Amino acid sequence: MFEGNGAELVIRLLERQGVKRIPGIPGGANLPLYDALGASRSIRHILARHEQGAGFMAQGMARTTGQPAVFFATSGPGATNTLTAIADAKLDSVPIICITGQVPSQLIGTDAFQEVDIYGMSLPVTKHNFLVRSVAELAHVIPEAFRIASPGRPGPVLIDIPKDVQTARIRLSELPEPAQPDPVEAPDVLALSQAAQMICAAKRPILLLGGGVASSGASSVARKLAEAASLPVTMSLLGLGALPDAHPLNLGMLGMHGTRAANILLEECDLLLVAGARLDDRATGRLERFCSEAKLIHIDIDQSELDKLKLAHLAITADVGAALAGLLPLVQAEAGQIGGQCEGRGPWLARVAQCKAENPSQFPGLDNPLTPYGLVRCTGELLASSEFSSEGEGAIVVTDVGQHQMRAAQAYPDLKPRAWLTSGGLGTMGFGLPAAIGAALANPARRVVCFSGDGSLQMNIQELATAAETGANVTVVLADNGGLGLVQQQQDLFYGRRIFASDYRVRIDFVKIAEGFGVRALDLNLSRAPLSDLERALKREGPCLVRVPVAAEDNVYPIVPPGAANIDMIGGEPARDMIGGEVCAAKGGN
Amino acid sequence: MTGSANDKITPKGFMALRLTVNNHPGVMSHVCGLFARRAFNVEGILVTPQQGGDTSRIWLVVNADARLGQMIRQVRKLYDVLEVLAFEADESSLERMDECMAGWEQAGPCAEIGA
Repeated sequence: MFEGNGAELVIRLLERQGVKRIPGIPGGANLPLYDALGASRSIRHILARHEQGAGFMAQGMARTTGQPAVFFATSGPGATNTLTAIADAKLDSVPIICITGQVPSQLIGTDAFQEVDIYGMSLPVTKHNFLVRSVAELAHVIPEAFRIASPGRPGPVLIDIPKDVQTARIRLSELPEPAQPDPVEAPDVLALSQAAQMICAAKRPILLLGGGVASSGASSVARKLAEAASLPVTMSLLGLGALPDAHPLNLGMLGMHGTRAANILLEECDLLLVAGARLDDRATGRLERFCSEAKLIHIDIDQSELDKLKLAHLAITADVGAALAGLLPLVQAEAGQIGGQCEGRGPWLARVAQCKAENPSQFPGLDNPLTPYGLVRCTGELLASSEFSSEGEGAIVVTDVGQHQMRAAQAYPDLKPRAWLTSGGLGTMGFGLPAAIGAALANPARRVVCFSGDGSLQMNIQELATAAETGANVTVVLADNGGLGLVQQQQDLFYGRRIFASDYRVRIDFVKIAEGFGVRALDLNLSRAPLSDLERALKREGPCLVRVPVAAEDNVYPIVPPGAANIDMIGGEPARDMIGGEVCAAKGGN
Repeated sequence: MTGSANDKITPKGFMALRLTVNNHPGVMSHVCGLFARRAFNVEGILVTPQQGGDTSRIWLVVNADARLGQMIRQVRKLYDVLEVLAFEADESSLERMDECMAGWEQAGPCAEIGA
């Protein structure tokens, strides 16, 4: 039995779904919802400073837990401010639910104060959206949003609720049951056995793992399959962390800033098994020249991703975890018939080892936390040290977008699925800080480190106030190069070195800014013992900002020129980077 | 594309897609928006409410190009789309769509509807 208004019904239904935290900002059109939220004993509200920040906080919660996360915004500008965070969730398949207030029903379509058609505006960036037309619909729409957001290929859902629907009274003899994810269909057995045969018959196969592997919890079965079938493994930006760096089968990331070894070996493979990746242009480079000689087996839970960009020889619509688990015994049986190993894999594995040895990754300055790669690696090593990991689960790594993001992807030691949060598809500068706050609040026992750049940080810097207010355990490691580094890099390499509109003329004192927000901060450049100061900053309770000045001229290598084939990547060769740098072991093993 | 979704497609000419959809004010936006943002032109549309009014039938006449299989897969993902079937079609259906309204048209436009 429930009796109350629409807003109270929404909050009650969210409580029943197990929602514990809702970031958001109140305004005229969602005040009834806030009034009801204020009375909730189980949901904590997190007051963001911008609705985009609230959306990314929800993403931080959803990306780490896998559960849909809810956030609130008011009508008009509040609603439009959410769109970037929603689009980001669409492209990276993150289950978030945005609940916006709307002007009263009778004013819709009259250009009322703070009225925008957020239903129409969010159509192309949501998995589905609702404009709730009556209070009775709420009982169906709220659980349905959870049913839509997470099963299958996850994605964002928007629910627009007019103010009069929020205040209308309703009486229900019983509340709807919380939504459970629908069961996913089992993968086609025939297709799996065909795949197993193709894998074992291949001479030079490669397994490509994408974000779908992380989101379906399939990393360990992916590793078992790779080991059982002797499959060298490469990963997309969102798929990183499925294998330990030092694993002999790990080739590292592919694509624009991937490893040389991965991009070279992909050119040579005769079978590409893609699991939970959508063959984005940043990963494949020029598509016609991507694995042009290889057969393609493509596994994805979203049928529309199969045959979208590259025609698959075998397309399997399935949950990646279920498909790989189904493949494993088939491959083992297939290999067992031919002496325990897939036939003739020896020469390929030898070639892989040789290619990796010839193309070790070049990360200059790894031991020095005052260098672009060093700040990533040193932070990772400090967080992996016993004092941190003794508390149980390891740190959560979040990035913004830019050079620091690529360096974190390349050089952070042993990333882990669901603990590696980065804006892949949309590449949203400003993602990092609010996503890190959301991750920290949803995982209070864990440390969260956010690698950011000065360009990215300024895009949602107001959320430092939210970090201070919530005491979130976030350490922002800021690589400050006084400009838009990745833009400068493209201007340097592809626009005749004409650096334009990508360097900031005002030097910002980020330490002072952070302190102004009530966040502790230090400039590592002024430290007499940078490594131990960094360690202290990482250990400290609550938010903290560490600024590290880096040179804007330092480019990220290798780089595949936009529109070029992966094999035509520039830079990152040992000979070139030996000068002034130090050679380190290839990430992905040596 | 050689996807299983559209084995019957002729290389040129038209196809007619028959969508059964939940009938509410946003469903046309969902369907048309999808075709627009994937740069797939719709040549003709006919929408009719089905018995009871809970569902509608949307007929879309489209060019039978290589991306149609992908479009059908995308349409199937829409929450409010209950069924998608593809039929071979030709220009004649477009002309006949117009003919349906010919009777109304002959009476001439209304002078005053407050517009």
